[in-house]
Amino acid sequence: MMTSPASPVIDASTSRAEVELVLEPGRADKNYWIDLWRYRELFLILAWRDIAVRYKQTVIGILWAVLRPLLTMVVLAVVFGRVAKLPSDGDAPYPLLVFAAMLPWTLFATSLTDASNSLIGSANLISKVYFPRLIVPTATIVSAFADFLISLAILAAMMVYYRFAPRWHIALLPLFTLLALLASLGPGLWITALNVKYRDFRYVIPFVAQFGLYVSPVGFSSGVIPEHWRLLYSLNPMVGVIDGFRWCILGGNSPINWSGFALSLGVVAFFLWLGIGHFRRMERTFADLI
Amino acid sequence: MSDIVIKAENLGKSYTIGHQAERGRYLALRDVAMQNARELWHKTKDLLRGRPIVLGATQEEIWALKDVSFEIHRGEAVGIIGRNGAGKSTLLKVLGRITEPTAGRVTIKGRVASLLEVGTGFHPELTGRENIYLNGAIFGMTRSEIRRKFEEIVAFAEVERFLDTPVKRFSSGMYVRLAFAVAAHLEPEILVVDEVLAVGDAQFQKKCLGKMGAVSQEGRTVLFVSHNMAAVQQLCQQGMVLSAGALSYCGAIGDSIRNYMQDVKATVVGTELANRKDRKGSQWLKFTRVAICDGLGNELRQVMSGENLSIRLYYQARGEMRKASVNVAFNVRSSSGYLLLNLNSADSGQPLLDIFEHGYFQCDWLRFNLRSGVYDCTLFCSVNGEIADWMQSAFILNVEDGDYYRTGKLVDRAQGDVLVPCSWASQPGAK
Repeated sequence: MMTSPASPVIDASTSRAEVELVLEPGRADKNYWIDLWRYRELFLILAWRDIAVRYKQTVIGILWAVLRPLLTMVVLAVVFGRVAKLPSDGDAPYPLLVFAAMLPWTLFATSLTDASNSLIGSANLISKVYFPRLIVPTATIVSAFADFLISLAILAAMMVYYRFAPRWHIALLPLFTLLALLASLGPGLWITALNVKYRDFRYVIPFVAQFGLYVSPVGFSSGVIPEHWRLLYSLNPMVGVIDGFRWCILGGNSPINWSGFALSLGVVAFFLWLGIGHFRRMERTFADLI
Repeated sequence: MSDIVIKAENLGKSYTIGHQAERGRYLALRDVAMQNARELWHKTKDLLRGRPIVLGATQEEIWALKDVSFEIHRGEAVGIIGRNGAGKSTLLKVLGRITEPTAGRVTIKGRVASLLEVGTGFHPELTGRENIYLNGAIFGMTRSEIRRKFEEIVAFAEVERFLDTPVKRFSSGMYVRLAFAVAAHLEPEILVVDEVLAVGDAQFQKKCLGKMGAVSQEGRTVLFVSHNMAAVQQLCQQGMVLSAGALSYCGAIGDSIRNYMQDVKATVVGTELANRKDRKGSQWLKFTRVAICDGLGNELRQVMSGENLSIRLYYQARGEMRKASVNVAFNVRSSSGYLLLNLNSADSGQPLLDIFEHGYFQCDWLRFNLRSGVYDCTLFCSVNGEIADWMQSAFILNVEDGDYYRTGKLVDRAQGDVLVPCSWASQPGAK
């Protein structure tokens, strides 16, 4: 095996889309996003796996996806609506007000939790096979999204029960759903990357998910927050998302505080930038650390 | 056919490892607290600097690979051999893009599939059929590609009847067959394979080797790591020998294997086996070490033809057993991979009855009758008819010329491998 100068242009027989790949320390991988696209089937299959496996070997299976949000909603509606007697938005029934917020909150909390644990959960894959690592946390979010769709059906049933017709605002719901996903993706990527190095973050996330349920306006309308605190309150990105959901679902009953919403949007964008940036920087060392 | 598909230049990979400080026998709570506080301080410092946390009082950088340069041409099958910890797996990980090199660079042309483990990503809850798709996607196959080869994969794995059974109900043999079948039907330009043939039964291994041979015949490049010299010899034309992270030899496979065995013989007195993972059997009894001793029990570094030897196979068992039926055997292969002989306790009519928690089986080999050279030995042990431990290429016998025939002269090397006691005579005979 002699050393020869850089090999000439590949001849015709081997020219079928052969990429030349250079591995070097610290080299920014310019093919990364193309690779991500090439591995889209892996993304789909991992997402499908997570959904297929989610309720395997449980007795009531998919019912869990119905029961959990429903029971949480009942508890929150009773505590905040009946016991604390907080006001609803306009003439919307209180359970509907709560459930409209439960939707994005559960989506956020589940995908954040799943995404944060995703890399460690796939340690065997990461130490044995190459693929763009971004696929692992993003694929887990899909299964949280599947639960979300089920909850959406529950919401529809509730709206029929309360004879509450949505207005045109509901057409914008997909946009806010996307926003909820992005809001969880940013911190999710950041924390899952940190989790590889420092397992401490594994203990942080359940705490955040639990704490956030009460800090975010899930059980109550964000209208109960005094006006001069609203902007500060909107630093929690979920405030904007939840307000957006209520605005879509409850129609004109829940006005959005637009400056607060813009701030939430900014925070989501910041976390997304932080998450992707940090993830990409750490990605190369995952296999060594995990 | 001579274009270069992999070119490595001064490749290096280092890891930082920590050493635990030596702890005294008596430890005051105050010392422990001090130590923990110090470690916490170090960890916080690492955290703030964004460095990986390394546990331990002192740190050391070790180079798993250092200054490795080579070129591999299209369609070559290259065997990578070396002792445990020589850097083989690290090299494969770098080539497979799983980890990033610390120094140097590699240029790769074409799609690489690295098969470092069979069944990577298999999910126990999913059925055989589902796992084929999952596993295929993990190795970069598209769904249509998998669908096209599905029948072939199933036939290769011989699991038709269990396609819709969750793989957690599979026997380990079926599991491995299915996993390898998927991997064997990948169509990358470059296939990187680590020690995966150590699993599965002998017949299936043969099938896998055949499949991999076919892959390289199709003009695709194969990199193959194994401790099984016979398999390497059979599959590869080229070889690379790694030794302590450096490339110590590179050339035709036969020369590489001889070189590797020379490397082993220079450094090893007795072979540690406890950490070897490429073994089969229940592991109720595990070989931990092999030592070659002279008649007085002194461990030998190398042996000479004609000496009386004791081969001690140290083991560790999960319990004691008396009146067991134990069969211990070892195969001896020449460096060209030819099976020379099999020494077998059952065949020799000397049953082994007792197993201790720690002990050794000793095989006395009187008037050692192999000529100089290096020989590759496989170990086997069964207890009450069940295979307990079975390890290909477990150790190397390194033989020097000796005075086998007690003539005062060394017998000449390179005249065959085996010496046999014989007597010669010249007689007048009938016409």
